[in-house]
Amino acid sequence: MATREDVQKLAALARITVADAALDKFTSEFDAILAYVGQLEALELPKDLKGEKPPLRNVMRADGEPHASGMHTKKLAEQFPAREGDALSVKQIISHD
Amino acid sequence: MTKPNELTIVEAARALRARDLTVRELWDACFAAAQEKNPELNAFLEIFDADEAAIEAAQKRIDAEMEKAPLLAGIPLAIKDNILIEGKIASAASKMLENYRATYDATVIQKLKAQNALFLGRTNMDEFAMGSSTEHSAFGPARNPHDPSRVPGGSSGGSAAAVAGHLAIAALGTDTGGSIRQPAALTGLVGLKTTYGGVSRSGAIALGSSLDQIGPLTKTVEDARILYEAIRGLDPLDSTTIPDGLYPAHSVPQKMRIGVPRHLLQEGVDAGVRSAFDATLKKLTDAGHTLVDIELPTSSHALAAYYVIMPAEVSANLARLDGIRYGHAARGEKLLDDYLRSRTEGFGEETRRRILLGTFVLSSGYIDAYYRKADAARDILRREYANAFESCDVVAFPTTLSPAFRFGEKSDPISMYLEDIFTVTANLTGMPAISVPMGTLPRDGKELPIGIHFTAPHQGEDLLFAIGAAVQNAD
Repeated sequence: MATREDVQKLAALARITVADAALDKFTSEFDAILAYVGQLEALELPKDLKGEKPPLRNVMRADGEPHASGMHTKKLAEQFPAREGDALSVKQIISHD
Repeated sequence: MTKPNELTIVEAARALRARDLTVRELWDACFAAAQEKNPELNAFLEIFDADEAAIEAAQKRIDAEMEKAPLLAGIPLAIKDNILIEGKIASAASKMLENYRATYDATVIQKLKAQNALFLGRTNMDEFAMGSSTEHSAFGPARNPHDPSRVPGGSSGGSAAAVAGHLAIAALGTDTGGSIRQPAALTGLVGLKTTYGGVSRSGAIALGSSLDQIGPLTKTVEDARILYEAIRGLDPLDSTTIPDGLYPAHSVPQKMRIGVPRHLLQEGVDAGVRSAFDATLKKLTDAGHTLVDIELPTSSHALAAYYVIMPAEVSANLARLDGIRYGHAARGEKLLDDYLRSRTEGFGEETRRRILLGTFVLSSGYIDAYYRKADAARDILRREYANAFESCDVVAFPTTLSPAFRFGEKSDPISMYLEDIFTVTANLTGMPAISVPMGTLPRDGKELPIGIHFTAPHQGEDLLFAIGAAVQNAD
């Protein structure tokens, strides 16, 4: 059973706010979904199931520069909500008070 | 005579080469149809202005190369709003990315541009592809051209409505749990989910990265093959793309063995869908194909496994959207408030629900019971399908339980999730699957399309095109 507090805790972890008014609806829907996916408990895993190795594994590109430095800077910087020149401007993270 | 916007890719390419039609005339016909019908269908979130240079280049290429020109040259396509086209907005139908302008082309878009295809607009969808009706779009739902009081399916519902309503010649969608095949079935189109890794995901806004694939929604099986061939292939920008021949090759027999898991059809399938399915199989056996009874017992757990794996990947993928670098950026007192406000305002209800669900199933104490169990279910499903494919070439069932439903009919999350009950397995196993029209059912005076669904072994797309063509030709 999910409680209102559980949902609030998860929301805080996910950096989302669930308004008080929506909390009951969210909690009951959440419960129903968990009950549905909970049917996995009844699934018995075969003893010889080790997890099959996928045929394609650990694909790495060769070391090196994928593109010229600064090639995408202007376009990316245009998306920034706040900027100083080509730098992304954010709030101070560590405060001294 | 068929109007230019009502042509298939093959027909339009032929008309362009025969000079019965110019690229400009084809564009204008689709553009005019889109302008006229979009207010009702809401298939497009944006219809692009004509790109004169692209139209001219396509015409020149056809004139110069004629039969050797790519079939997609000059063909106006509709592109789902979660596939990046440089310089265009790609919002994934979310307030979060309402003003996000793509800084690069998705690999599939690069490939289509190299063939001189044209882009008519970006299509409506469920927010971040989470849904089966487009009712979760932040910009209002798309409507089904066969009955605008009903959903076109989802999440690629706008792409489906655009093609089925003859606004575009063909479209690209994405499929994470059925998001190409279910809307294709509900609008009378062909929809292909390719083998995982068959098509690059570079430039597709991620939902569930181990499940997502880009694929075609088209009027015919041959069109689906053309679009698939154009976008497929290894891509250094997506390390999960696969080389040809990674999996054992499958020859395409003249007479196919069709596996039918009858035990999955006992409950929940609409009686009309069931009889259309049986009638379609009968036509196939009349044409010389054979039916094989198969068992896929773990399929009954597939949807539950999917609703663990997918939200888990959603919660990780959507963590990047925090209002700092791009997308919706609300500001509060502290940095944490910036995150909270941006994400709470930017994401719609279903998106928030799935992020929370994903956060839950990955949390310590629950990860074994949910995520690891679901991951093991994927292995079992792969094994069961591999066993089934020893006695059959493709597996068949209906694409959906019923034809298109009315807006608001599936208001609780679980009933909406059940829309994908047949389609999710192909995403969990990574196998390719196709939905092909299998007639219509009368509902309230309208004829509503339904689809038949085939799954093939990994890299067995040719089997799907062959059986799809057999269904098409049986009509």
